[in-house]
Amino acid sequence: MSTLTDVKLKRIHPKKFALWMAIVSMIMFFSAFTSAYIVRKSAGNWLSFPLPVEFYISTITILLSSLCFYISKKAYLEANIKLFKILFYSGFGLGLLFVLLQYLGWQSLHRIDISISTNQSSSFFYLITYAHILHVIGGIAALLVTLIGIIRKRFDYPSDKRTLKLELTYTYWHFVDLLWVYLLVFLIIQQ
Amino acid sequence: MADITITEKEQLVHGEDHGHDHGHGHDEHHGDKYQSSFIDRYLFSLDHKTISKQFLITGMFWAIIGAGMSVIFRLQLGFPDADISWLQPLLGGWIDIDPSTGAGKLSPDFYYALVTMHGTIIVFFVLTAGLSGTFSNLLIPLQIGARDMASPLLNMLSYWFFFLSGAILLFSLFLNTGPFSGGWTGYPPLSALPQASDGSKGGMTLWLISLVFFVVSVLLGGINYITTVLNMRTKGMTMFRMPLTIWAFLVTAILGLLSFPVIASGFFMVLFDRALGTSFFLDEIYIAGEALTERVGGNAILFQHLFWFLGHPEVYIIILPAMGIVSEVLAVHARKPIFGYKAMVFSILAIGVLSFLVWAHHMYMTGLNPFISNIFVLFTLIIAVPSAVKVFNWIATIWGGNFRYNSASLFSIGFVSLFISGGLTGLFLGNSIIDIQQHDTYFVVAHFHVVMGVSAMFGMFAGIYHWFPRMFGRFMNETLGQIHFWGTMIGAYAIFGPMHYQGMAGVPRRYYSFDTFQAFDQFDAMNQFITVAAIIVFFLQLLFVINFFYSIYRGKVQTEMNPWGATTLEWTAPIKAGHGNWEGDIPHVHRWPYDLNRYPDREFILQTEPLAEGEVDGGSSH
Repeated sequence: MSTLTDVKLKRIHPKKFALWMAIVSMIMFFSAFTSAYIVRKSAGNWLSFPLPVEFYISTITILLSSLCFYISKKAYLEANIKLFKILFYSGFGLGLLFVLLQYLGWQSLHRIDISISTNQSSSFFYLITYAHILHVIGGIAALLVTLIGIIRKRFDYPSDKRTLKLELTYTYWHFVDLLWVYLLVFLIIQQ
Repeated sequence: MADITITEKEQLVHGEDHGHDHGHGHDEHHGDKYQSSFIDRYLFSLDHKTISKQFLITGMFWAIIGAGMSVIFRLQLGFPDADISWLQPLLGGWIDIDPSTGAGKLSPDFYYALVTMHGTIIVFFVLTAGLSGTFSNLLIPLQIGARDMASPLLNMLSYWFFFLSGAILLFSLFLNTGPFSGGWTGYPPLSALPQASDGSKGGMTLWLISLVFFVVSVLLGGINYITTVLNMRTKGMTMFRMPLTIWAFLVTAILGLLSFPVIASGFFMVLFDRALGTSFFLDEIYIAGEALTERVGGNAILFQHLFWFLGHPEVYIIILPAMGIVSEVLAVHARKPIFGYKAMVFSILAIGVLSFLVWAHHMYMTGLNPFISNIFVLFTLIIAVPSAVKVFNWIATIWGGNFRYNSASLFSIGFVSLFISGGLTGLFLGNSIIDIQQHDTYFVVAHFHVVMGVSAMFGMFAGIYHWFPRMFGRFMNETLGQIHFWGTMIGAYAIFGPMHYQGMAGVPRRYYSFDTFQAFDQFDAMNQFITVAAIIVFFLQLLFVINFFYSIYRGKVQTEMNPWGATTLEWTAPIKAGHGNWEGDIPHVHRWPYDLNRYPDREFILQTEPLAEGEVDGGSSH
């Protein structure tokens, strides 16, 4: 008899695993953009322009929002619901602020006449930042669902089901956060 | 971390996704309450078995449309002077009527639209969604011993995104300017400039939107398949006890997960070029003598890289499920274990890895650096090794077996034959030097139709005939099935065999007419022959469709649970299994899936049968 069958394997929850698979596909999606960027840039005729300062501020905002969510989950697991809610609201607010700051960043680029069709470099810049903000908006939609749950008092005590939902939402949010940091560093290095 | 044990996991998944909780440790799951209405049961079903039928029937619908289109453009190629005004009720304005004679001719624009749609429909809707969607859905939960997919909801969404994608493409056929007509590969600038041709207008926009939805469908499906295979196998179902079908579906889903997002990026860039004034793929373009001075700096070849980074793994996304199905069907009907089980698994994995390293062999003629071409030639030719391992193992599986000749097994042998024939011409095209002569000729058309088009269809047919009882509790008519097989087998070679000669003589693909090329007059009769063969084969497929639907209602009723004497888990579930597949506990697995004729007195041993005292699992020696 195979002994393996009798061992209770500790495995990751299927839904979490599925989320990681989805993240892999998103990584491939953005790798395509950034590799196309590198290929195109090497061909020359590439306009360099400074990244708007709003983007640096937005980076701090989204990092802080991730931090809020990270601590809020710990608070939730320790049944410190009050702290959990405060941190969740702060993280959510910072997330919205990120979207606003990105928008302001594009606006200030427009003021110095860097539009989507100015040069290949600006086309790629807008393509990548637009694609990223779409993923962030997906994250905000997921956070909204959680927010409604909190308002309807579904998160007033820790439960396995809620913890899983929180973990799924937060994992995705941390992903779009790290993705942004990667994209920002990429855009700075490859300007 | 929500780390959980398997038992808890089963309970959790089913409790959450099916909308009603069972008590802990009690996972009986027969006949859900939610399936009480027609809509829940047949339209927005969460049951993987129903979703699999939805994929299959939608795929068949598209196969008829796609094949029908090929018949229409073959009429133009075989009989360019014939009067086809009788097609006007169907095609309307796409038939050009000569006012003096009243004779009708296919409009050249529509010829290109038909070729483009034929490719798009067959590659994506039929051989990706129809094949892998159908059989991954049907077999993954049933063969690994799971009650359903990891997320039945995402699974349902996967189907409906596919449906939506198809509806959008169908709609584009009725546009005033027609559907996209720049080839199924959607190369810029035809795809990126609405003013490039009629088909590049609304038709192309809808094509892009349709395919973006299609990518979403593939990703939702793929994520589910991978998660289910890796996380939801029943007790005892180790990776090396999985049937080869499951291995094939797993690798297929991984390929899709890694390659479809890349083409989605390409599609977004084309959308940007069309709508937002960027020039990712445009440079120095003249249209109707007018220079597009604003649209410079891009590179059309970049799109080809993005496209073929999907496009090549895509052909393995198409062929791997067929290979898995054929392995299973051949073993069961040869009444022998599959020859070299582990070699089969590793060759699937090797093909999977290599499929990502060969995309530029579609681009030898784009001005690629010859040194880079060399690398792609090398990897391309290396793929012949795992492919040959598989072919050898299939033949060795049949060899000396007590072979049952039925529709399913015949189509499997047909698959092997076509895969060998088409694979051999791949050796020519994979070589960048020979490709200079052969590229964009009918040699290429013949190669890919034989090696992945028709052979994948054969794999699909084998699967349908074999698992029809599992799907509908009845058998398909065997006589009609065998007529279908022999006609299609002979017909496939009759259609694509001669195209190799045309290609070697330099006849280019995608040409509407060869009137001005006297050198190709010698092929007039051959073209007529091909067209007649294509029409006959098309009607034979309708025979299959009739057999299929007739058998759902009137076919021979399945009385035994395991009619083929197979060993895998899908035949241990009741004939009319409800949602949840097994009444009572999920079966546990104790042995590999190919214990066929292992002992003189036992023709087959189900995977659920515990090993006898001192017996070694059959899989350990393979």
